[in-house]
Amino acid sequence: MKILICISKTPDTTAKIGFADNNTKFATDGVQWIINPYDEWYALVRAIELKEADPSTTIHLINVGGADSEPIIRKALALGGDEAIRINSESSDSFFVASQIAQVAKEGNYDLIFTGKETIDYNGSSIGGMIAEILDLPFISHAIKLDIDSSNALIAREIEGGEETDKINLPLVVSCQKGMAEQRIPNMKGIMGARTKPLKVIEPSSTEEYTSIVSFDLPPAKAGVKLVSPENPEELVRLLNEEAKSI
Amino acid sequence: MSVLVFIDQAEGIIKKSSFEVASYAAQTAKILNTTAEAIVLGKVQGTLSSLGNFGISKVHTIEDANLNHFDAQVYAKVIADATEKSGAQVVVFSNNTTGKAIAPRLSVRLKAGLVSGAVALPDTSNNFVVKKSVFSGKAFAHVSIKTAIKIIALNPNAFNIVKEDGAAEIIPFSTTVPNSRIEVTATNKITGDVPLGEADIVVSGGRGLKGPENWNLVTDLAQALGAATACSRPVSDIHWRPHHEHVGQTGLAIAPNLYIAIGISGAIQHLAGVNRSKTIVVINKDPEAPFFKAADYGIVGDAFEVVPRITDAIKKLKGIS
Ligand SMILES: Cc1cc2nc3c(=O)[nH]c(=O)nc-3n(C[C@H](O)[C@H](O)[C@H](O)COP(=O)(O)OP(=O)(O)OC[C@H]3O[C@@H](n4cnc5c(N)ncnc54)[C@H](O)[C@@H]3O)c2cc1C
Repeated sequence: MKILICISKTPDTTAKIGFADNNTKFATDGVQWIINPYDEWYALVRAIELKEADPSTTIHLINVGGADSEPIIRKALALGGDEAIRINSESSDSFFVASQIAQVAKEGNYDLIFTGKETIDYNGSSIGGMIAEILDLPFISHAIKLDIDSSNALIAREIEGGEETDKINLPLVVSCQKGMAEQRIPNMKGIMGARTKPLKVIEPSSTEEYTSIVSFDLPPAKAGVKLVSPENPEELVRLLNEEAKSI
Repeated sequence: MSVLVFIDQAEGIIKKSSFEVASYAAQTAKILNTTAEAIVLGKVQGTLSSLGNFGISKVHTIEDANLNHFDAQVYAKVIADATEKSGAQVVVFSNNTTGKAIAPRLSVRLKAGLVSGAVALPDTSNNFVVKKSVFSGKAFAHVSIKTAIKIIALNPNAFNIVKEDGAAEIIPFSTTVPNSRIEVTATNKITGDVPLGEADIVVSGGRGLKGPENWNLVTDLAQALGAATACSRPVSDIHWRPHHEHVGQTGLAIAPNLYIAIGISGAIQHLAGVNRSKTIVVINKDPEAPFFKAADYGIVGDAFEVVPRITDAIKKLKGIS
């Protein structure tokens, strides 16, 4: 089985969020970069588990990003990816990114294409569905469990107001979230091996973009907390009712 | 030309997030000097003409056995046909699990730019710019959509419903509906509870509650308030509470009117998913807990002593005994 995993570079979850160049760019000074947690903890680790169960499985990583994405690609290789492709572009448009990945996927005959449920920076949740539509494949979003039974995927997914289990013929596109797998730490052997695994860099196959970011801003700061004495918690209820009018 | 909104119905019941998107579509239509129409797929129970009260003038309905189970591929095809037929220029979804699955597919089908996670009406003063939540609620981006047709997926609880008087005209719509390639083998709906993403009030518990046996502190308060319940990530990781209650940067991002955090420290990753809440109340025994910096109201105290008294006071206020 061939699995393609889309991995994205995102700021560390503790990174300070600020903007530069007249609020048109994310301020990257001092920011640590990580693999988007959904891509790493759930998509990649589940693929590694499938490979452990069936060693003929190969894990292919794909990233649309600049050269500064390479450390996170190497980390994904250290965790258990077999080879990687980086499509050299910094675009933030979901359609552009999805088209590049779909172009590669068309030629690769992958049985499964995994994305995370969203990136923690752009929060788009769009790439998986777009790739599926471009390739005319089924798309299961918000997967929480996935098993393979010969040519079928058996998937539990979150739906609005509950859960559902599905059976779908491969190939397909899946977006992954909590439940699929548990976070792992790369070991020394993985880190050493990752240095020599293939990482191919290609140029984008098209330039079409549907959207562009004009500017960013930060939410207004809170006015400050109003403390209520623990001796008189009933006062909190009064404030919520009369002042905040929220109950 | 029109604005088309997808109305998601769970077992024939139209949900709050659908009224929000209906209202958002109607207000967008006003900006564009046009009308708002809705599309409802699958078997409908109850009346749809009441969507007129949210500013919708026409409702396109299509019933087909292939639409009774949700498949984003099939739904996107039908909605694309309806968009073309109604000449819609803007298509609106709720940015919930259903909308997140359909909108990207529709974007490709219609060659239409998508902004998901929208939090405000489009700004048409200079092109077509939509404000969306980014960095898991820590910031906003203003995104310009450059294509002829535009798709917007609106975050739940981000837009205030505007009510007006009116009745929508129901128009049956027909098109070919392909078979789904997904075989649904089981569904498990969580019924009775308020869905977390749409809840007005959320009561949330953290590791400070010491164990699942103490969760009645959270659930009793939630029940008195008619609230949904949530939890911090470690609480769901150690299986004190189910995964779907996990809120934060790597869980669900929510924006209720009132968020009450009990025994949660307020780590940056937790705040990311809840800081869009209108009013935040923090109950924590540690005065140095970072959550107090993000709170509107706080009590520095022991949750085991304070919370039951709050629950009682709320019951008294609401006349529940
Ligand atoms: C990449 C990454 C992603 C993450 N994503 C998320 C996420 O999405 N959501 C999330 O929640 N976390 C997330 N975390 C974890 C986060 O960093 C914190 O560890 C977590 O939120 C802490 O949970 P907590 O507040 O329940 O527990 P703790 O930090 O242990 O805090 C417990 C609090 O309870 C208080 N307390 C104890 N006893 C009482 C009492 N009797 N009465 C009142 N108060 C009491 C304590 O003072 C303390 O403040 C993430 C971490 C990482 C690294």
